[in-house]
Amino acid sequence: MLFLQGAGVFAVEPDEMLADPALEARAREISKELRCLVCQNQSIDDSSADLARDLRVLVRQRLVAGDSDEQVLGYISDRYGDFVLLRPPVKPATLALWLTPPLLLVVGAIMSIAYLRRRQRQGAELVQPLSVDERRRLDELLRPDDDRP
Amino acid sequence: MIVEIGHFALIFACCVAFIQMSVPLWGAQRGLPALAAMAAPAAAAQFTLILIAFLSLIYAFVVSDFSVSVVANNSHSLKPLLYKITGVWGNHEGSMVLWVLILTLFGALVALFGGNLPLGLKARVLSVQGMIGFGFLLFIIATSNPFERIIPPPANGADLNPLLQDPGLAFHPPFLYTGYVGFSLTFSFAVAALIEGRVDPTWARWVRPWTLLAWCALTFGIAMGSWWAYYELGWGGFWFWDPVENASFMPWLAGTALLHSAIVVEKRDSLKSWTILLAIIAFSFSLIGTFLVRSGVLTSVHAFAVDPERGIFILLLLAIAIGGSLTLYALRAPLLKDGGVFAPISREGALILNNLFLTVAAGIVLCGTLFPLLAATFGYSVSVGAPFYNLVFGVLITPLFLVLPLGPLMAWKRGDLPGAMQRLWVAEAVVVTAVAIVLTINSGAHALAILGLGLAVWLVVGALVELADRLKLFRAPLATVWNRAINVPRASYGMTLAHAGLGIVLAGIIVSTVWREERILRMNRGDSVDIAGYSLQMTAIAPEKGPNFLADRAEFIVRRNGAVLAHMYPEQRFYPVQGQKTSEAAIRTTGFGDLYVVLSDEKSEAGNIVRIYHNPLAPWLWGGAVLMVIGGFISLSDRRFRIGVGARRGRAAAPSAAPSAAE
Repeated sequence: MLFLQGAGVFAVEPDEMLADPALEARAREISKELRCLVCQNQSIDDSSADLARDLRVLVRQRLVAGDSDEQVLGYISDRYGDFVLLRPPVKPATLALWLTPPLLLVVGAIMSIAYLRRRQRQGAELVQPLSVDERRRLDELLRPDDDRP
Repeated sequence: MIVEIGHFALIFACCVAFIQMSVPLWGAQRGLPALAAMAAPAAAAQFTLILIAFLSLIYAFVVSDFSVSVVANNSHSLKPLLYKITGVWGNHEGSMVLWVLILTLFGALVALFGGNLPLGLKARVLSVQGMIGFGFLLFIIATSNPFERIIPPPANGADLNPLLQDPGLAFHPPFLYTGYVGFSLTFSFAVAALIEGRVDPTWARWVRPWTLLAWCALTFGIAMGSWWAYYELGWGGFWFWDPVENASFMPWLAGTALLHSAIVVEKRDSLKSWTILLAIIAFSFSLIGTFLVRSGVLTSVHAFAVDPERGIFILLLLAIAIGGSLTLYALRAPLLKDGGVFAPISREGALILNNLFLTVAAGIVLCGTLFPLLAATFGYSVSVGAPFYNLVFGVLITPLFLVLPLGPLMAWKRGDLPGAMQRLWVAEAVVVTAVAIVLTINSGAHALAILGLGLAVWLVVGALVELADRLKLFRAPLATVWNRAINVPRASYGMTLAHAGLGIVLAGIIVSTVWREERILRMNRGDSVDIAGYSLQMTAIAPEKGPNFLADRAEFIVRRNGAVLAHMYPEQRFYPVQGQKTSEAAIRTTGFGDLYVVLSDEKSEAGNIVRIYHNPLAPWLWGGAVLMVIGGFISLSDRRFRIGVGARRGRAAAPSAAPSAAE
């Protein structure tokens, strides 16, 4: 049976919202980076689960207390583990993930350049210089009309 | 009784698949035409049998035969008829039958329209199709049999998940599967070419229409799924980098690369081994996607709930198909000798760049999807979500978008990059103007949003300028332009539409995400709220009853400058059988934006929580995707492709259908 998230997948509720719009905007941005731990692949900004709500309130509390964005994220991931961060932190354990994109690009680029070089070399091999007779004939053909006998 | 007929048909089809995969291949390898000629009738027979099985399954659902366990688990007598039928593929077993139906359909189409294919190639292609069919039919019969009975039958079924009882999602799987499974045909062509040890422009001309068909279907299927999520899930999101979404996106990226790579094989007899590899990769991604969705290894809002036994079977199928084809590739690819020579700066070079970026993008998506699984086996719990993908994918795709309009303006063999950039001066000017306008209106706008918007304009105007250049618009007399317009191959128009459509999609994504407005508040009857120049007033809220649900329904009146524009009716539904709630957002779409109203299920004395969004340019997301699909179909209708498809009728017309040297 196909499982799909049910109804009521709403975000913030009016009573959670902070009075200061700048802080509220930061809270929303931070919420988009945090995973709802009891849902299937949603951020706390998108989920209506109770845990999501609790986390949203927690984020706002930390912001009001004066934490920076990184500090809020750190506070929550200290308590819930890296799993709660939707953007994996850059650490030795996740290097395989973060290094793969540039690695793939570099490897692909090298392969493409190697291929292009090989084609050019093959192309150069196919082309042989003209013989003396051929060169003479070419000059003959290229001579302007009024020069011809 | 009908169900039993279906069951026998399924098993019989498996036997036919076995014959189809072995006999014609033997015949082709040994030069025995009689055996090779068995491929076409076998493919036709297999399709007929699977069709019978599929129809009997539909019958079981329509009459609500609850003695069939899959019907009992997924249907209900009160369900509307449309969803009884579409519910056939709303579950694992039924959707696998749909998968195989489309697989055998493609095989039968090759059998039917492949009159012009050399017998050896046709036999090999159909036998590889047969191999895939055999593997999946074995899987279905052994682990996911839709015709299993449940005795004693329950009085009524468990009903279909209410979220699936929706027209958008009901038709999303068939299109998606046509896409996935369509790439099985290019895979078969690729493997057949490897077995033969030869790839020539004729092969590419054969492969291109099927790739286009699969690509169009997949694009449409993905767009449909995204649109469904947007209007159904209740907060206007349309892409979540969910593993199942990624599973459809990876084949799309590889398929787009394949489409473009096949052009080079066809026109320049180059990039052969790349194209073959891409064909193998595209279908491999389809198979990986199938595995991810059905094996239960992923947590996702989409995943089918299935047991590990099925997962292991699919994994085995995957290993054989992907491992086998890649091994064959490693062994035989050196035999494929490329023809034409070209400089790095040329259309071929641009298409190599295109291949590179799209393939790396697909690889990144795969990596991000699989990483949490790999990490979990080592005991490290980590998430890879939208922020990661948006960052990495965005960075990667930007250079590709920058180069895109330049590609078609470069000549084959040796291109003139400064010349191409000069011919695009109009597009460059428009981009600069657009960026300046946006910065003037909204000076605080984020740099990335401006970049994205600039790219979108660049793509659209670039595509149009290229077309104008090709038609010599503004440079030659109108008669010449008209003459060119009629004689230019349709594939050019297809390309313009598809590239412009891509730009429109990008514009839709950027603008609707960055410039969306929202209001979240409690409203009572009579309350009003303003958003984006509109004024919305809640004028009513009352309970309602539907065929298999109960609902709370509100009425909103939308005004602008005092004039009434529309009435909107958001609902909050409850389906008693499954005990599930859904929210039906009310959406008012104009050409330039959506007004989106959602009613919450939270009520109190202070009123209902209402969420109102204005998503500018959101319709362009799906409009652009549809344009891309139309572009694809226009290319598909290009007469030149019909040389390979049914040219039996047109032997005399062959000279006129020959490739135009100007292309």
